[in-house]
Amino acid sequence: MQRIGVFVCWCGSNIAATVDVKAVAEALGKEPGVVYFEDYQYMCSEEGQTKLQNAIRDYKLTGAVVCSCSPRMHEATFRKAAAKAGVNSFMVEIANIREQCSWIHKNKEEATEKAIILGRAAIAKVHLNAPLTAGESPVTKRALVIGGGIAGIQTALDIADAGFEVDIVEKKPTIGGKMSQIDKTFPTLDCAACILTPKMVEVAQNEKIRIFSYSEVDKVQGFVGNFSVSIRRKARFVDEVKCTGCGLCTEKCPQKKVPNEFNLGLDQRRAIYIPFAQAVPKVATIDPDYCTMLKTGKCGVCSKICTAGAIDYKQKDSFIEEKYGAIVVATGFNPIELNKYDEFAYSQSPDVITSLEFERITNAAGPTGGTLLRPSDGEHPKKIVFVQCVGSREDGSGCGKTYCSKICCMYTAKHAMLTREKYPDTEVYVFYIDVRTPGKSFDEFYRRAVEEYGVHYIKGMVGKVIPQGKKLMVRASDLIDRKQLLIDADLVVLAAAIEPDKSARPLATMLTASMDTNDFFTEAHPKLRPVESPTAGIFLSGCCQGPKDIPETVSQASACAAKVIGLLCRDKLTGNPCVAHSDELMCNGCSTCEKVCPYGAITYQDKEFRMPDRTMRTRRVASVNPAVCQGCGACTVACPSGAMDLHGFSNSQIMAEVDAICK
Amino acid sequence: MEQNNLKETLLRISGVNPRKCMKCGKCSGTCPSYDEMEYHPHEFVSMVENGETEKLMASPSLYRCLTCFACVERCPRGVQPAKLIEAVRLAVIRQQGMNHLKPDQLPDMLDEDMPQQALVSAMRKFAK
Amino acid sequence: MVFSYYPGCTLRTRAKELDEKARKCAEALGITLEEIPDWQCCGGCYPVASDEIATRLSAVRALMAAKSEERPLVTLCSACHNVLKRTRHDLQTDETFRDRVNRYMGNDPVYAGEGEVIHFLEMLRDKVGFDTIRAAVKNPLTGRRIAAYYGCLLLRPSGVMAFDDPENPTVIEDFIRALGAESVAWSMRNECCGSYMALEDKGIVERKSGSVLANAKAQGADTVITACPLCLYNLQKFGGQDLPVVYFTELLYEALGL
Repeated sequence: MQRIGVFVCWCGSNIAATVDVKAVAEALGKEPGVVYFEDYQYMCSEEGQTKLQNAIRDYKLTGAVVCSCSPRMHEATFRKAAAKAGVNSFMVEIANIREQCSWIHKNKEEATEKAIILGRAAIAKVHLNAPLTAGESPVTKRALVIGGGIAGIQTALDIADAGFEVDIVEKKPTIGGKMSQIDKTFPTLDCAACILTPKMVEVAQNEKIRIFSYSEVDKVQGFVGNFSVSIRRKARFVDEVKCTGCGLCTEKCPQKKVPNEFNLGLDQRRAIYIPFAQAVPKVATIDPDYCTMLKTGKCGVCSKICTAGAIDYKQKDSFIEEKYGAIVVATGFNPIELNKYDEFAYSQSPDVITSLEFERITNAAGPTGGTLLRPSDGEHPKKIVFVQCVGSREDGSGCGKTYCSKICCMYTAKHAMLTREKYPDTEVYVFYIDVRTPGKSFDEFYRRAVEEYGVHYIKGMVGKVIPQGKKLMVRASDLIDRKQLLIDADLVVLAAAIEPDKSARPLATMLTASMDTNDFFTEAHPKLRPVESPTAGIFLSGCCQGPKDIPETVSQASACAAKVIGLLCRDKLTGNPCVAHSDELMCNGCSTCEKVCPYGAITYQDKEFRMPDRTMRTRRVASVNPAVCQGCGACTVACPSGAMDLHGFSNSQIMAEVDAICK
Repeated sequence: MEQNNLKETLLRISGVNPRKCMKCGKCSGTCPSYDEMEYHPHEFVSMVENGETEKLMASPSLYRCLTCFACVERCPRGVQPAKLIEAVRLAVIRQQGMNHLKPDQLPDMLDEDMPQQALVSAMRKFAK
Repeated sequence: MVFSYYPGCTLRTRAKELDEKARKCAEALGITLEEIPDWQCCGGCYPVASDEIATRLSAVRALMAAKSEERPLVTLCSACHNVLKRTRHDLQTDETFRDRVNRYMGNDPVYAGEGEVIHFLEMLRDKVGFDTIRAAVKNPLTGRRIAAYYGCLLLRPSGVMAFDDPENPTVIEDFIRALGAESVAWSMRNECCGSYMALEDKGIVERKSGSVLANAKAQGADTVITACPLCLYNLQKFGGQDLPVVYFTELLYEALGL
């Protein structure tokens, strides 16, 4: 039989004004097993905690119930105090008589009755509580960053600066991500390459950082502090160590007709290529879909001219196994496909382009050398129409995204402004539904586009783009002037919605990290834990968590690094002892628990059992990895045979509480 | 009909929820009949929502919608303005003696190549 | 292959050439179009309001007639096709409409929109196949630049019609290429011709059909083809361009060498 002490807190007048605390203490004092009761003004104060500790010693208490505020507030406080007085932390229960009672009721009599019932439930639970001890696990002091865009780069640099090793896995041949394709950055209009490439070089030169480019995460096992990851290094048919990045092969390769993905297919590259001049690592890659040698066995030009002897047509995919304490997801975004939006004639005219394509044709390293020219005929466009919100903020249309893509208003203002600055003879129209510019110096930037650069901002939406001869006839509404416009444009630029990279969904499955319906990773808490996944040890950086511009991405990337560093600094991790466990004798091996477990904590193993007739039989039973289990309890309710139970929240404990309430 | 009841009826028979509208104006940006109308597709949506149906019922714009469904197809919010315009038109022609098109007007409008389809459609759109 | 066939009123009078040539082409491609018995006018335009029940009954009867033969129902006129497909969709998805229709008609068992409705073009694409047509062409239309005019009724609303991509359809273009001609890229192909406004306000039709044909002309078309008698009438009479507008079946007839 437990010896239980009951402590009823007034919380000043927060509880005492609505609940008769003395009556509660006295009523609970009559419950079986309760050997001590007391009420006090502030149980969380030094004095209050001392009262708890003294009672434990004086009355030889084995458990305690504190009737006070939410356990979220002070459960840890009281459990720590009890532990100091020699009672296991998990023998202390909180009855929440503030948030769930005094704050929400007016009638003192009813509130008091309810407080007594809540206290009774907690006492019933303590009777079944058992001391629990948290396990410990070591921490591998190395981090994995998945994705080498600006988010991954910033997170990796910050973690490395704190002295930890970091590996970056990037599926493309170079790090740099979307930012490397952008021309200028808002709102200060500095050149994206000028601020990005030094960071890329810094990554390459940092001794603590390894870059696995042209590589993908293949398999993830383990748990926080102890992940074991298999990385697939895709065959690039070039020896990364030998290749000097001289680029001779990329000029001599006879296969010239490969769409250049770095320029979004606006021009062509060779079958062996280095995506752009500042690529890191600066190593060539052979595209197996186009290489004549790999396809037919006849050519070998690159191999003949490579003085370093770096070409290796026989190279195969290889795998690296590595251990990590923390994993950072930085998989980024892509503009959506526009095949469902052909009212804008995207597939019908080369002069209807996306904003990212616009970045490339205004970039000095792009297909036009930075001169704004129409893709169809290379002429300079004199009238440009920008269309906002293409595929964003949609609902019930059967396509598109329900969210605002956040970055389009600003980059469109940037495009409009830069066009007017460089080509003052070009007329620029921007069709908008709302102009959303909540950021430092953002609205001022947009207003400059209107006031200083004379960009025509029109409240309304484009309804149809009609290619006719050399023109694009744009039919649109002007809601403020209340008319329908027909503009004979030379170029139409669509601000396509952005979505998470397609690799994010399978990665989330591997990491058992949760996602929302749009395939953005979910945060542990949307306000208070924004850079952590609910899965311990998985961290979020950049657009994989939601649409972001560069300043916001970099801030979040550094925040993410801080969280990773906080984890890697620790030598051991204390686990949560309130985890699931399976009664092997009751388990029928049905796999139901394994399927519902959101953390991948349950595995199955074959075990030998001795039967009543003394024969041995092998049965398949569930086994919980306590370091991975988060104690959510999903398996305990799913288990059809009642074998799964949760330490600290067992089925019998919960039923005892329910019985006490219903009594 | 009392205003509120009328609005409810219009929303019910059209199946349109005007609150889904984000006022982007794409319906009016794409409407082929825009210049023929006094009130435009997006205004039908907001005016019905605001209870200004009488103005709409009195407007010739009702008979200028081609029911081409471009606004329905292209609306980013699935609002279906054409269905609402049709509902307002029905609210008018279902009133006693309110036929927009009367059979004795027809012979003058016809020529020998005119497909029956046009005649039947126009009669069913504009008269009961 | 035998299909049920719903010609519709216009094809019996002002658009005989659409009907006749379609039947002959079908026969040449090994298809028999079996006209459903005692069909009535579909109503010409789909009644959009959900409480219009009686005006959808003749379409229900046509659907039921085809269902009883257990054959897909083929239509040729864009307007009939639109009415039949949408009424079928209503029977499948609108419980109130289905109940009231079945009660009124005394149907036992209840009819809930079973059976397939396809346009002649869908039949060519999905049942015959453009490769078969390409092989059957005796008189390829080489060098011709044909613009496919879809109009509204074949495509919209796309969720119900499920005919083709509503903004970037390809079926008529593929058809044109199968006949050996070149298909013209133009985007007014799915914009309205002015429709039944031809009766009341010819000015609107002149403006709408005018801008449609102007776009076809500017994009280099020598012929425009359509599946809709009213589109054809409007474009021919009010389009204001020296540009022939014909039914797609006429081209097929010519290419098959009939």
